Amino acid sequence: MSEIPAELRYAASHEWAKNDDGVVTVGITEHAQDAMGDLVYVELPEVGQVLAAGDEAGVVESVKAASDIYAPVSGEVIEINEALEDEPELVNNVPYEGGWLFKIQMSEAGDLDNLLTADQYQAQIESE
Amino acid sequence: MSETQLIFQLSHPGRSATSQAPKALSDDKLSAIPAHLRRKQKPALPEVSEMQVVRHYTNLSSKNFAIDKQFYPLGSCTMKYNPRGANRAAMLPGFLNRHPLAPESHSQGFLSCMFELQNFLKEVTGMKGVSLAPMAGAQGEFAGVAMIRAYHEARGDEARTEILIPEAAHGTNPATAVMCGYKVREVPVGKDGDVDLEALKEACGPQTAGLMMTNPSTCGVFERQIEAISKAVHEAGGLLYYDGANLNAILGKVRPGDMGFDVIHMNLHKTFATPHGGGGPGAGPVGVSERLLPYLPTPMAGQRDDGSYHWVDSDTLDTSIGHLSAFMGNAGVLLRAYFYARSLGREGMIRVGEFSTLAANYLLKRLEAVGCTAAYPDRRASHEFILTFAKEAKELGVTAMDIAKRLLDYNQHAPTTYFPLLVPECFLIEPTETESKEALDEFVDAMAAILEEARSEPDMVKEAPFTQPVRRLDDVKAARELDLTWTD
Repeated sequence: MSEIPAELRYAASHEWAKNDDGVVTVGITEHAQDAMGDLVYVELPEVGQVLAAGDEAGVVESVKAASDIYAPVSGEVIEINEALEDEPELVNNVPYEGGWLFKIQMSEAGDLDNLLTADQYQAQIESE
Repeated sequence: MSETQLIFQLSHPGRSATSQAPKALSDDKLSAIPAHLRRKQKPALPEVSEMQVVRHYTNLSSKNFAIDKQFYPLGSCTMKYNPRGANRAAMLPGFLNRHPLAPESHSQGFLSCMFELQNFLKEVTGMKGVSLAPMAGAQGEFAGVAMIRAYHEARGDEARTEILIPEAAHGTNPATAVMCGYKVREVPVGKDGDVDLEALKEACGPQTAGLMMTNPSTCGVFERQIEAISKAVHEAGGLLYYDGANLNAILGKVRPGDMGFDVIHMNLHKTFATPHGGGGPGAGPVGVSERLLPYLPTPMAGQRDDGSYHWVDSDTLDTSIGHLSAFMGNAGVLLRAYFYARSLGREGMIRVGEFSTLAANYLLKRLEAVGCTAAYPDRRASHEFILTFAKEAKELGVTAMDIAKRLLDYNQHAPTTYFPLLVPECFLIEPTETESKEALDEFVDAMAAILEEARSEPDMVKEAPFTQPVRRLDDVKAARELDLTWTD
């Protein structure tokens, strides 16, 4: 059973979002990295890019597949995890910590309420 | 099996196949090449004897998993037998020694074969015109979407920026659309494997350039709403592109032209039994409906009123999207497809569709009976079908990849794994019409044995394969550190 931290919010497309005073850190869930398999490449948005919730924000590529990453909330990208360029395996090994993808300065606080809770996300992956 | 040395590791300074070594250029010929373009040092080639080369590559070839040695049910790839007769005919000296720049009068035999092949493909797909120019499937796709683009542009209809692609499509489809300057919009597929028609209708609009799909789809089922889909896209002003990957299932039975498709590319190495790439030459002819005829890529083979054949080139078809290579397609591959089509005839083509579908459905039912889970149990398979091992992965920790690796130990080539992406832990299995019942039964026996092993010795299955020249390869390293240059 994969880990789904209770304090995070989740998108149906398997991103997690962590809010720190309006700065939202985004990554993919443990379930998602497990389904993808070993990642070989991560493409991230550019710092300064303005995204709306649901916009394509990047791509994760594994030995099996390539999958788009979507912005869970609207706002400006203020930081990206540059370590992933050399070590995409961080996303596999520590998806909720060193494997984070990018940070967004959230422009619409209400966006978070549209995301799933840990329980709702758990229910979604069980029904898949 | 012993670890094989690379040919470079066999190298010994000064050793060579003297009788085959090229002669050094004489000084007067050499001086024709400007000094700055001449090599300063010898190329880093292995220095080996003729015998060493023969043994090295013969031993390597004996390690191949190949259609000539094993059952090869690679879904979506149509790994059928490549008849030796077609090979032999294409190797006739008259074909082999014809220069592509030879005058038309010296190429009448070849041109007549190409003209007839265009007609066969036209007839079997129900299209109005066919060009053999694309050098491979990917180039066929490119040519197809480039024609869609040319059509809209010729009408001044430049607001069309989107290509619709069902999520079960081949990965090459979105790549092609982007290559041709379009945005991709994905259309969801329902639980039964059919396109979500309501979502498609909603996605259609004045921005729709076209829809790319294959039917039967990559879910291994025939899209039942194809007429409604065709109507919806056409009413929005878009064109329909048919990816010929799965043409084998419907050969001689249903024609993409009759389903309303405007353009199709065909993979001759799949449906028409020419050898599969491995990086080698391919062939991806395109067929079109009436409205795309002006844009077909050149050159094509044409026939004059007196019965003689000639090249139709961009000078007479100036609306053409143009040449895709220096000449027309890969001549040898096209000839093999021509002889294959000639030897099958109209009746044979129908049997290809029937027997490839029969083989797939027989295999599906037998695999379900030994405990495999079908992804679309309520649907009849087309020429291929999907199994899912999500249950085994969850309960036993044995994944589709583990089962695929274990199949190699049973001397069976693994099916396509983890594709299409919308089915978790899946196999896409395509037996083709050229397999006997015995070959299919052997595969079922192997799968039954592996499922039993997955329950009794899951850790062993996770370590497979045991009998191959190499064990599990480091896919991640191969993808991230691709380095094909030999250095000491």
